[in-house]
Formats: sequence, C-alpha cells, structure tokens
Amino acid sequence: MDISTKNTEAPPPIPQPTATEQKRAAHGATRPGDRIFLGLSRGSGILLLVIMAAIAVFLTYRATLAISKDEGNFLTTSDWNTGATPPVFGIAVLAFGTIISSIIAMVIAVPIAVAIALFLTHYAPRKLSGPIAYVIDLLAAVPSIVYGLWGAMILVPNLTGLFGWLDAYLGWTGIFSWDGGAPRAMFTVGILLAIMILPIITNVSREVFRQVPQMHQEAALALGATRWEVIRMAVLPFGRSGVISASMLGLGRALGETMAVATVLSPDFIIHGSVLNPGGGTFAQNIASKFSEATEFGRDALIASGLVLFVITLLVNGAARAIIARRKEYSGANA
Amino acid sequence: MSNAAVTEKRASTLRGARLPKWSPYAIAAGSVAVAVGIGLAAGLDSRVQLGLIAGLLFILGSYVIAARVEGRRQAKDRVATSLVWVAFLLAVVPLVSLVWTTIARGVKVLDVYFLTHSMGVVADSQPGGGIYHAILGSLEQVGLATLIAAPIGVLTAIYLVEYGRGNLARSVTFFVDVMTGIPSIVAGLFILSLMLMFDMQPFGFAGSLALAILMMPVVVRSTEEMLKLVPNELREASLALGVPKWRTILKVVLPTSLGGITTGIMLAIARIAGETAPVLLLVFGSKFINANPFEGAQASLPLYIYQQYGSGETPAYDRAWAASLTLIAFVMILNMVARGIARWKAPKTGR
Repeated sequence: MDISTKNTEAPPPIPQPTATEQKRAAHGATRPGDRIFLGLSRGSGILLLVIMAAIAVFLTYRATLAISKDEGNFLTTSDWNTGATPPVFGIAVLAFGTIISSIIAMVIAVPIAVAIALFLTHYAPRKLSGPIAYVIDLLAAVPSIVYGLWGAMILVPNLTGLFGWLDAYLGWTGIFSWDGGAPRAMFTVGILLAIMILPIITNVSREVFRQVPQMHQEAALALGATRWEVIRMAVLPFGRSGVISASMLGLGRALGETMAVATVLSPDFIIHGSVLNPGGGTFAQNIASKFSEATEFGRDALIASGLVLFVITLLVNGAARAIIARRKEYSGANA
Repeated sequence: MSNAAVTEKRASTLRGARLPKWSPYAIAAGSVAVAVGIGLAAGLDSRVQLGLIAGLLFILGSYVIAARVEGRRQAKDRVATSLVWVAFLLAVVPLVSLVWTTIARGVKVLDVYFLTHSMGVVADSQPGGGIYHAILGSLEQVGLATLIAAPIGVLTAIYLVEYGRGNLARSVTFFVDVMTGIPSIVAGLFILSLMLMFDMQPFGFAGSLALAILMMPVVVRSTEEMLKLVPNELREASLALGVPKWRTILKVVLPTSLGGITTGIMLAIARIAGETAPVLLLVFGSKFINANPFEGAQASLPLYIYQQYGSGETPAYDRAWAASLTLIAFVMILNMVARGIARWKAPKTGR
C-alpha cells in the first residue's frame, strides 16, 4: 500500500489512509487482479450457498405440488398410490423402514467399528496395523452398488441359517419371527448397511484414538492397569465425542443409502412387526424403485419423500458437526 | 531346565499366575473344534452360524480359564482382547468375501471384447455384449462433473483459507459440512425438479450436475486442509516482496499444495464415479453408445451394474460382476495413485 503512494504526483504531507482504504488494505484487494480473484473465490463460496438454498427451495416447491393433491395424510398413510384418482400416498412405511434399518446398522456397526479402531491402535502388531488401516481406507471407497450386488447375490443366500436360528430362539419376541421367505428383509438391509458404514466409522474412530495423550495411558499403566482398563479409563472417555460424531456420519450415510437397499430388499407398503420377514421400504430405495414407472405427479410425490429424507439427514449431520465443533482439537470433517 | 522352572515360579509369586502365551490359540482351536462338533451333531450347514458359535465359545472359554488362573481383572482384559480380535475377524469376513467374489466372478467374462462392445444388439438373457457404452458415459459424466466441481471447490477453499473472515465464511464452512452429508439421491432429485420444470428428457449432463453437487464439498474440504498446511512464512515472504495477494496465491500457495489438492480431487472423483442413484434418475441408462452427454439417455458403469442385476438373467449377472470388477479397479487405482501422490508430494513439515 505504501509503495503505491510513491507513484502519485503530489503525495499528501501526512499519508492518512481513509476508512475505505484501510478496509481495502485489510482485505488486500486494491489491484484489479486482486479484486477479480477475490470476486471469483468469494463468488464460488456464495454459489455453494445458493445451491444449498436452491435444493431446499426446489424440493419444497415440487413437494407442495404433490402433497396439496394427496388425499391421504402424507405423514401417516402407509400406502403409495400416486396413479390413483384421487392419489393417496404417505411416508409412514418409508420413515419406519429407514429408521429401523439404520438402527439395526448402527447397533451392529458401531461396536464392531470401535473394536476394530481399538484393534488397530492398541492391539494389532505395529507392522499389521498400517496396511490394515490402508485397506480399510480403500474399502470405504467401494461403490455402494457393488455392496448391493454382493449383498443380493452372496449375503442373502448365506443368511437363511442365521434367520432360522434367530426365529427358533428369539422368534417369541415377534421382532425376530420369520415365515421362511427369502431373507430379503429389513434385517438383511441393516446388516449390509452395517458392513458399508463400518470403514468410515472405523477410520474416524481410529483417528480419535490415535490422538489420546500417551501420558494418560502411561499413567494408567504405571498404576498397574491392564490394557483393557487403560482403554476404559483413558482412551474411551477421551474418544467418546469423536466416536459419537463418527457414528453420526455413518448414520447419515446409512439413512441415505439407495442402491444397496434397492438390490437387497423386496419391498412392499406394509409396516412389518418382524425385521426378518421381507417387506417395508426406505425413502431412498422407494425413490429408486418407483421412479421409472412414475408419472410427473408420481415423481413430485417421490420428490416430497426425498425432501423428508433431506431434512432428516441435515438434522443428523448437523448434530454430528455440532459435536465435532465442540471439540475443535479434532475435526472428522474430512473423513 | 529346573533352574528356569524355579525362576518362573519365583516371578509368578510376585506377578500372579499367568497363562502361557499359546493359550489364546489353544482356546481358539478348541472352540472352533467344539463349534464344528456342535454343528455336525445338530446338522447345521450355515458357516455364519458356525462362526458365531465358535466366537461365543472362544470368549466364554478364555474368560473362564483366565479367571481361574489369573484373576478377574486379567480375565476381563483377556475377554476384551478376544472381543476386539473377534470383531476384527468378523468384519474381515464380509469385506474379504466382497473383494474375492467380485474378482472371482468378474474375471469370467471380463476381456477386451467386453470392454470394447456395447449392449446394442444383445438381449439381457444372452451372453456377450459389453460395457463400452457404460464406460464412455461414466467417463463423460464424471469428467464434466469434475470440470464443474473442481474449480468451484478449489476457489471456495481458497476463499475460506485466504480471505474468509466473518459471517459469510462461517456460513460457507457450515453449509459445506452440511452438503457433505446430502444423500446422492437427494442431489439427483434436485436436478430432477429442475428438469421437470423445463420439461426435459434425461441426458448425461444432468447427471454430471448432480455428481458435481456431491463432489464440491469433498473438494472444498480436502483443499482447505491442504491450504492450511502451507506455512504462513511462505505467504509473508512473497507479500513482503510486494507480490500481489492473488499472485502469491497462484504462484506460491497453490504450487506448494498442488499434490494434496490433486489427491483430494482424485479421491472425490473416485467417490462420485460409483454413484448410481442420481444417474438412475437423470441419465436413465441406455443399451446403445451415446457419445453426446448433452442429448439423449446415456449409460453409466454403476447404473449398468444395477440394470444388469435387475434383469435377473444368469448371463446378465456375469456381466454385472465383470462391470463391478471394472468399476472397483478404476476406483481403487484412482485411490492408490491419489494416495501415492499425497505421500510423494506431502509438504515437508519440520519436526
């Protein structure tokens, strides 16, 4: 800034930068190149905000087109009849299925993922943990459709034994009763989703566990703690919020997963009490399977259900981010 | 011999009795044997079930044995250790199975013919045909998405790191985080709602737009991390020489972090290359070669897998597996190259 004043013909006796000049100096955007560059980069940032706003606005607009003609209750009807006159559709089954499958996935995946993360940071031989972590990183990149194909062709036939066993011993609860159909049920979906979100939860948890202060652990060891006691007293309390946010990230992925559910589940529009009997559906799966036969109105209805999914994932992700933000030392955002 | 026994005994009075080192293996072998025995006796044929029984037996066995010999605290420690190991092995089984089946079933029909022909004259029930049209479509859609998302993502990251102060930067950061979590199908529905408004038919570029939305936040995040790694001294040195800020960013900051940015973009490409849902809604899929992403339905590799699976014919299953193998290979190579670049170009931080 000071250099440029030299070029002016009559420099003022005391260079007193005006308020705007000061502001410019602070932003470093006085030269045209600077102004263009700042404009471009700020514009990109604003564009991102505009896209987010547009997503919300357009989905809401199309959704209201559909919901305004819905003769059923959009939230509680368990039917999807957009072709009928008058159209009757609601998201009860989808919401139920999405939540149930995600709960099953979380119940299976979180403990196993935490255990694997502990395995990599505290149990595995040094030489082994590096390559395993690398492979798990790679597995996080396997496309969901491949998981779906594997789930439908390999996992489903291999689950009949487990389903029979669950039915025999836990069938009395009603949740695990099974009438012997192909195991293309919510429980299968839950297992597959668990396998899919395992790598991401493991990765983030491992990062957190690695950051546990060595001193805490050594102090516990010096007091005679066993390895498990070290983990319980030093590692887990330190990593709790990180694990929670990792799980939320995984949950966000499980809620929105489309193809893996669409290939594995045999859907219908009934809320089933048992997770082992085929049927039910999730938001994303329903959109993918109903889309190709849908009329324009049908598509609007699907968009309406997508809007609900959008809001749910926003809430879950927002919660995860809030937990991460409370602990600034570790950011799982880039995982 | 006797000497060693004596020292061991003396040490044990101080430390308490310990199980020998080989005991976990022995208990594992024993529990597998018992599980197989139970399986044979009860006539079980599911390997999943046998594995579960063996795992339970192993954990119970090590707790009981360790509690008797070493005490409850040590026993708990052993149970935790074995639980962690069991969890790891449990997780390895499906993941290995996934990779193994894809390779084993994929190589059946994967050859040069498969890669260079389309499905144009082949019914789903017939063998033959290939994925040329799908590869072409995927490359075009992903390429266009990258052309849109990479510059916007990198520029946004530059804004956040180099300029960003105040409310705008904070809200951009927040919404980038939120955007990372958008389900791919919702991004697809957004573009779909635009297409419904203008009454458009499916075409490749619409898919690219949805993929770009999914890609942007990933690029922003990774680029941001990389830019933050550039030492401030470099920026200060350049600015002190009177170099304008934009040239400092272009000539000093970006070249320093180029490796990391490239890695981030490649990882983002790998992520969107496997997205099926938006492509299903917006590009629709086609059996024919369509090299124009701006008009007419196109195929795409992930969508091809879904549609071949959906047709329910054995030759189509083979093709789906071969296409999966191609897709996984593409994504994995991209990942490994990206990570290689990251390691090779990593900024040298002082230690």
